[in-house]
Amino acid sequence: MTKTAISAHQLVKWFGEGEARTHAVKAASFEANFGEIFYLVGPSGSGKTTLLSMVSGILKPESGSVTIDETDIWTLSNDELADFRLNRIGFVFQDYHLFPRLTTLENVAIPLILKQRVWDDALQEALKYLEIVGLKDRAHLAPFKLSGGEQQRVAIARAIVSQPDILIFDEPTASLDGDTGKKIMSFINDEILNDHRCVLVVTHDSRIFEYADKIMKMEDGAVTAIEHKNEIK
Amino acid sequence: MKGILKIAFKLLVNDKGKFAALLMGITFAVFLMVMMTSIFSGVLRSASSVVINIGAKIWVMDPAVTTVANSIPMPEFVEDAVRSIDGVKFAVPLFSGSATLRLTNGAYQAVSILGLDDTSLLGRPELMEGNIDDIFAENGFLVIKDSEINKLNNPHIGTTFELNEHRGVIVGIAKVAANGLFGMPTLYTTYNRAIQYIPTARYTTSYVLVEPKSPEAVQHIKDEVKKLGYVAVTNEEFRDNISTYYKYKTGLGTNILIMTLISFIVGLSISGQTFYTFILENLDKFGALKAIGAKSRELIIMIVFQAGFTALTGYGLGVGLCTLMIGLAKMRLPNYASVVTFGNLGIAFIMVLIIAIFSSLIGVRKVLKIEPFDVFRG
Repeated sequence: MTKTAISAHQLVKWFGEGEARTHAVKAASFEANFGEIFYLVGPSGSGKTTLLSMVSGILKPESGSVTIDETDIWTLSNDELADFRLNRIGFVFQDYHLFPRLTTLENVAIPLILKQRVWDDALQEALKYLEIVGLKDRAHLAPFKLSGGEQQRVAIARAIVSQPDILIFDEPTASLDGDTGKKIMSFINDEILNDHRCVLVVTHDSRIFEYADKIMKMEDGAVTAIEHKNEIK
Repeated sequence: MKGILKIAFKLLVNDKGKFAALLMGITFAVFLMVMMTSIFSGVLRSASSVVINIGAKIWVMDPAVTTVANSIPMPEFVEDAVRSIDGVKFAVPLFSGSATLRLTNGAYQAVSILGLDDTSLLGRPELMEGNIDDIFAENGFLVIKDSEINKLNNPHIGTTFELNEHRGVIVGIAKVAANGLFGMPTLYTTYNRAIQYIPTARYTTSYVLVEPKSPEAVQHIKDEVKKLGYVAVTNEEFRDNISTYYKYKTGLGTNILIMTLISFIVGLSISGQTFYTFILENLDKFGALKAIGAKSRELIIMIVFQAGFTALTGYGLGVGLCTLMIGLAKMRLPNYASVVTFGNLGIAFIMVLIIAIFSSLIGVRKVLKIEPFDVFRG
């Protein structure tokens, strides 16, 4: 039996005040399970990134709740929420946000350092994850010396190094060519996903829809459909 | 916490261009601040050189005296009256004045002349050549070997000169702890010869130098001297008075203060601006760190560490550079009036701390305002 990883209930978010107020997310609800790759898709401005931010605990909703593995994350204090993100959620940002002044290995080790791991131990652990993403030999290079696909894999290694059970990918293939994008998603599907992990992907790249277990479609801040793997066209 | 500081350190120093610009800004500012205040300290020390060199514990003088150079002669009874005060071990007169010498080549040269008490020679300089007893010989003068001595055509023992139609002879070459401010050679002779050779007004005693029987007697001596219509100050107080005069009653203190403030503002501007740019360039990374799970206080610690490390390194380099420059200058100019004091270093340190705090504040403010959501939005 699959276990619910994320349960979002009636999430609402708006920006601005008065006449300038924009309703970014309108009462969005969904559930994603462990062992699933869950896509949030929709055109630009549909509210998918806003929804993802609320689900991952970095943008407070106006109303509604987010429960991750039985914890209502928006009842946590700021510090508790930061700890929750550090321990339970891994992020892969669209632009990767790797530190150009640190080596690839040091970039991967950052979550472990934030968890107060000793520097050398953190680097040793990070090296294992660089090996998993196939970049052990690039460990001491600066990230900007790597290709886009390699940087993406470094960002993945950084996201999984603290062994989170929720992984958030924001437009993971946006800056990659078709083949590299598919390789990355295939790698996530084969090597990263497991029964104790849920992967959330925000994308509008239809070339990678084949890797989704569920696709939630959004438009104008509202959820318009949730399709399961066998329903995906 | 060590790991976070190591990340902060690497982010800072691996950005070599910015780090170098930050260091140069702070180093330059510290160099200027320490240099300015050191020159001022050197000038103040030179202005008090006679007080330092004579070394008497208590100085009695006219209340209107502001610096050693502008002494106001006192009547002789003051010396006797001071001697009779309870708690005075001994009291002797000192002549301090200036005169113009005619050298053997016919040239004229202004000099400072100090006339020491004939009996005790209190405040006599350390002799390098000659015999101190020769100061009592006919026309005997000691000359101080400093950077001004060349103005007397490199005199040696036996060199003669003319002073107000009196013959003078160099009988000893001496050295002193502090050099004078006004660029004149200094001669020492006895008090009686000084007042005989140098025409003065009705009164001749520039200062009465006092040795108290005990430190407890100092206040009583001051009170009694005050009743005579004069003032008695300790060596330190006299130096403070001179320092206060130059700081607040001449333009010197104000000018140095302005230059020091300009140096501070230059340092603040360069480092503040560069650090702000550094933070701006890394702002999305700090946002990403927040999203990953870094707490605000951890980011503050990183920024404060970066600003503090840069400021302290710049401070060390600035002080080192200043010391090196002063050292080099003193090798060429022994009388170069610049002294690095703990006070100067303290002032520069406080100013560097202000630069670090200011730089940190603008960085922290920016980083605390960034929302992780902004990172997602791009």
